[in-house]
Formats: sequence, C-alpha cells, structure tokens
Amino acid sequence: MSRGMPGWRRLRGLIRKEALQIMRDPSSIAIAFVLPAILLFIFGYGVSLDAKNVPIALVVEEPSPATASLTGDFQNSHWFKPRHFSDIPSAQEALRQREVMGILWLRSNFTRELFSGGPAPIGLFLNGVDGNTARIVAGYVQGVWGKWLARYAQDQGRELGLPVDIQQRIWFNPEVRSTNFLVPGLIAVVMTLIGALLTAMVVAREWERGTMEALLVTPVRVREILLGKLIPYFVLGMGGQILSVAMAVWLFEVPLRGSLWVLMGVSALFLVAALGMGLLISTVAHNQFVAGQLAIFTTFLPAFILSGFIFDIGSMPGWVQAITHIIAARYFVEVLQSVFLAGDVWPVIWVNSVALVIMAALFMGLVRLRSRKRLE
Amino acid sequence: MVVKELLALLKDRTSRMTLIVPPLFQLLIFSYAATFDLNQVNYAVYNQDPGIASRELLGYFKGSPAFKLAATLEHLGQMAPAIDGQKVLMVLHIPQDFTRNMLQGRSGQLQVIIDGRNSNTALVLLGYVNSIVTSFSANWAAEHGWPLPPAELKVRTWFNPNLESRWFIVPGIVGLLTLMVALVVTALSVAREREAGTFDQLLVTPLHPAEILLGKALPGLIIGMAEGSLIVLVAVKVFGVPLLGSLGALYLGMGLFILSAVGLGLMISSMAVTQQQALLGAFLFLVPAVILSGFATPIANMPDLVQHMTLLNPLRYFLIIVRSVFLEGAEISLLLPLYWPMAVIGVVTLAIAGWLFRNRLN
Repeated sequence: MSRGMPGWRRLRGLIRKEALQIMRDPSSIAIAFVLPAILLFIFGYGVSLDAKNVPIALVVEEPSPATASLTGDFQNSHWFKPRHFSDIPSAQEALRQREVMGILWLRSNFTRELFSGGPAPIGLFLNGVDGNTARIVAGYVQGVWGKWLARYAQDQGRELGLPVDIQQRIWFNPEVRSTNFLVPGLIAVVMTLIGALLTAMVVAREWERGTMEALLVTPVRVREILLGKLIPYFVLGMGGQILSVAMAVWLFEVPLRGSLWVLMGVSALFLVAALGMGLLISTVAHNQFVAGQLAIFTTFLPAFILSGFIFDIGSMPGWVQAITHIIAARYFVEVLQSVFLAGDVWPVIWVNSVALVIMAALFMGLVRLRSRKRLE
Repeated sequence: MVVKELLALLKDRTSRMTLIVPPLFQLLIFSYAATFDLNQVNYAVYNQDPGIASRELLGYFKGSPAFKLAATLEHLGQMAPAIDGQKVLMVLHIPQDFTRNMLQGRSGQLQVIIDGRNSNTALVLLGYVNSIVTSFSANWAAEHGWPLPPAELKVRTWFNPNLESRWFIVPGIVGLLTLMVALVVTALSVAREREAGTFDQLLVTPLHPAEILLGKALPGLIIGMAEGSLIVLVAVKVFGVPLLGSLGALYLGMGLFILSAVGLGLMISSMAVTQQQALLGAFLFLVPAVILSGFATPIANMPDLVQHMTLLNPLRYFLIIVRSVFLEGAEISLLLPLYWPMAVIGVVTLAIAGWLFRNRLN
C-alpha cells in the first residue's frame, strides 16, 4: 500500500502534464468538441434515406377522367415531383439523363381495359442503379397506386377483393424516419474518429521526438504513463459525447427512450476501447506519418460500413460478420439504437457492454505489451 | 524529384504496407458487407389459425431465402421480448379467422410487426413481405375464382434488373478507396517535410515552385491510378459487376478525380504547420466527402443547402461517372457535365497549394 501513494502522485503529475499540453495545443480540444459538432450537424441534416420529391415522368397516351384522377394522386403526393411527357422515347431520354428516377406509363388502351373489367396494365420503369432507392420509390408508387385503386373500385361499387390484407406495424419508429436511426449510429462513427484521432497522433509524436524514451527511463511505470495519457483524453472525449447526445435529442429530435445513465455508462466503455485503439495504433506506428495513415484506414470506413450503422450486419456473409466482431463501433451502435429508440433493453445492453469491456482490455493489454518491449 | 518522392513513399516498409494492403482488404470486405439487400432475416410466427390458408402462406415464407424462421410463438406476451432483445426482426401474426374469411371471399388479415430501430431495414423487409404476400394472393385468387383487380402495376427496372445493391456499392467503393489513397499519399507529404525542415531546403534549390508542385503531385497521381485500376479489375473479375461502358470514359474520370484529390491533399498539406494538423485537415475533408457523396445515401434526399455543398465534392461527380460507365454504359459525351467540375477543383486547389508553398515561408 505504501507504494501506492507515490504512484498516485506520479499519476497526478502525469495527468497535469498531459492536461497542460492539451491546453497549449488547442487542436485536441478542437478534435473533441468542434469536430463532433460539425460532423453531426452536417450528417444529421445530410444523411437521409427518406426519398422525397422524387422526380418521376408521367406518360399518358390517351387522357381520360380515370387517368386524370391517377396522375392527380401523384401530383398531390409529397413523395413525387411529377413531370409530364408526351411520349415514351422522350421520357426514356430523361431517365437516361438522370433527370427523372422513373417513368409511369399509361398506355392508350388503359381506359378501355379498365372499363372492360381489366386488368388494365400500368407500366413503371425505374432507374435501378441505386437498387435501394429504386425499391423505396417502387414502394411509394405502389402505395399511391393502391390507394387510387381502392378508391376507384369503391366508386364503381365494387369491393376491391384482395385475399390478404397486410396490416403493418413498425415498432420504435412508426413514421419510419431514417434520422431516428442514423443519428444514433453517427454518434458511434464520430466518436470512433475522435477517440482514435485524440490518441493516435499524440503518442506517435512523443515517440518521434524521443520524449517517450525520456519518459520511459524515469521511474514512472508504463501503466502510469498509459493512464496519464488516457485519463485527460477520456475526459475530453466524454465532453464530446455529451455534446453529441444533446445535439441528437434537441437538434434532431431523436427520442431518447432509455435512461441517460445507461447511455453514458456504455459510452464511457466505448470511449476507453476507442482511445485504446488509438494508443495501439500510435504504439505500433512510432511515427506520425504511418500513425496518421493507419488511423484513417482502420477507423473511419470500418466504423461506417461494418458497424451496422447503415448496412444490416445479419445480412452480411458469415465471414464478414465474424470480422465485424472486432469493430468496437458495432457494439456501440447496437446499444445506441436500442437505448435511443427502444429503451433500456437489458439483454442487448449486457451483451454489448461485456464485448466492449473485453475490447478495451484487449487494446490496453496490447499497448502495454508493445510499450514494455520497446524499452529493451 | 518525382523519383525521390516515390522512393520516399515506398522505401519505408510500414508505409508501403499501409498504402497497398488495407485498400485491397477493405475492397474485399466492404464489397461483401455493404449491401442493403437482406438475407436470412430471423422472424417469428404467431399463428392462431389452424386452416390451410395460413399454412400455405407460411410455406411461401419458409421457401424464401430472405427469411429464416427463428421462433414459433405461443401467446402474444412473447412478442415484445423477442423483438426487443433482437432475437427476431419481424413477427407474423395470423388471427384465428384468417382461413375462414378467405374461404368466404373476404380479406384475411395478416399482421406484420417489424423492429424499426433500423428503419431502412424495416422498409426493405416490408417490401419483401409485400411481394411474397402478393404472389400468394395472386395464386389464391386464381385458384379460388376471385374477381380480377381492375388494374395492374408492372414494375421494370433498368440497368440493374434484380436491384442488386452490390452493383451499386462496389463501383462506389472504387471511388472511395481511390480518394483515400490519393489523399493519404499527398496530405502528409508537405507537412512532414516542413516539420523536418527539409521543405525549406527544397524551396531554396533552383527548382521552380511549379516543379516542386509537380514533383509532389505526380506520385499521388501514379499510385492513385495504379490502385484505382487494380480495384476496378477486382470489381469486374471478383464481384462480376458488369462494365458496359468504355475504359476511356472511366479513365478520363479517374484521372481528373485523382487530380482533384491530389490537389486537395496538397492544399491541406501546405496549409498545415504540423503533421497533426495535416491529418486533422485530411480527416475533416475526407469524412464529409464520403458521407455526402451519394455513396450510401442519395444526394437527392439532402436539404437544398447541403446539396449545394456537395457541388464542391469531387467524389460526388466521380461516383456518378463510375456507376454510369459500369452499369449504364454511358459515353464521354453524356458525362461531360461531370468531368469539368473535377478538373476545375483540381486546377484551383493545385494553384492554391503552389501559392502556399512560397508564401508560407515567411
């Protein structure tokens, strides 16, 4: 125990030294506060999967009251921005030029077929290059068309008999607002960047300048050096995290259904893992050039693509799913999306927290191992 | 000068590895990972109907590779825990009178409950459910003599008939990784020399600033083009993405794109005093450039102000070019409006970088 006291004092000294360094070079503070604010701001507004005002071409070969009521429904829908074309070739040219996303084609026999009992054909051509958007737009068209069909049948005094009537219920996000799931995910992406950036460059800089060796020959232990690095940046990172959550709730109006304490607890775990990863990068790299390259390659895109933030992990091939397990952001995204939208779902929180603890311990252990070896 | 820069990059083993290995790995992993298509989605069934209609309908779901039956529920109380705990993404609830209604010519009600935490997945899933139920309905209507609907919607998709999102994403990754490589090579290059003091030495040599600029820009251009070609090769050979357009249209786009990326990288690098600032600058550009490029989420969905901002983003133009050349077989003439903005960005940023070389000296 008696050895513990001076250890604490040394640690305090190291933390003070690191804190002073942070104060003197404002770039760390910029990384922790300005960066998340800017990034969340741009992404929160810029990233959306909800198509609206989709430009769509309407080609009506023989206008009639029936076609007018159908095109009127498209005109009135806020999903579409219809443009009328007189014939199919000109509409197809517009599709090729990417001026419209799709073409709705009512052929000259449409009205006749409709009155003779049908089924009257309606053609929908979509630009399928972006398959996801094409599918969403097809869904919108089907929605508008289905409503029109039901109304038309009713006007004719027929019942629109479909054998199965689907009643859909989407839990946690009934209005299917993509901001609600994208913003919590973005917090994870942004915090991954912040965590790695804060530590990756700093320690590499000390190695490059030789001040790390100077520190290592002092009686200070490796563990204390690491903690001394970690704690100040942890405090900075948590500040950034609080800012991000506040923006999500107040600016983007994402409902926070779980408790703030659970959210902060898991964020702390994640931050330790992210900082640990940054420390590891800088310990491996030993110079800022390589550390910078590694940080760019190993943090941003994996967190963006493999975390489940936007692409569903369950649908990836098995070996890719296995790889996602070493991405800390994956666990954080799951917890964030649950705590924000569904509430405190303990099975989800426990599993992912344990995974984060393991990752944090792993990174820290590796960092310690690498640092000690370098001493020889 | 160019040789010296290339050597400086390739001499160091670690730096060599970081330039070549991660992009290839990422291409492979991301191309498999980044898909909006769903498969083997876990779902649960709560079936209160003993009749044949429900059995037939559930058979359709069992036969689909998109779905995997994970649980059969006995009572309503099991539904919330199954969805909350993410054991299943969807529950199909069939009420008692499903078959009875359908045999009497009325609609049977099918309740679909979906986890909306990822609302895009929820929408895609709903689309799958709709198409399965529609084909079941059509079959049932034909077998049981239901009247035909008055009109029918036939959907046809151009360029990507099966709506495979891989065809959309893999060409996108070509742009993403090429940008990264070009930026990483250039962004730290000037800042590193400035920190080491060798940049001032370079400036006092008889070399013209334009020559220094060229010497710094060419390695990025060469490495970027080489890696870009490699990635295109993998996209075609490994992932079977159809390359319908001409290589000329693709390479003109790639060359201009890398030029603009190199220009941006050098501009960031010459503005920064330390490597840390340069890296921060590279990140500050790279992250928004990727997210606001239309890579995963369409630019058309963004607010107008953000859409205007994307006009400054070279990746935005290149992504459209790559996808058009790959999938639509677009020719140079159709893509002209996309080529020149990248050229402008490249020339302007390079000019600024060259100007900063000299004026940062004092």
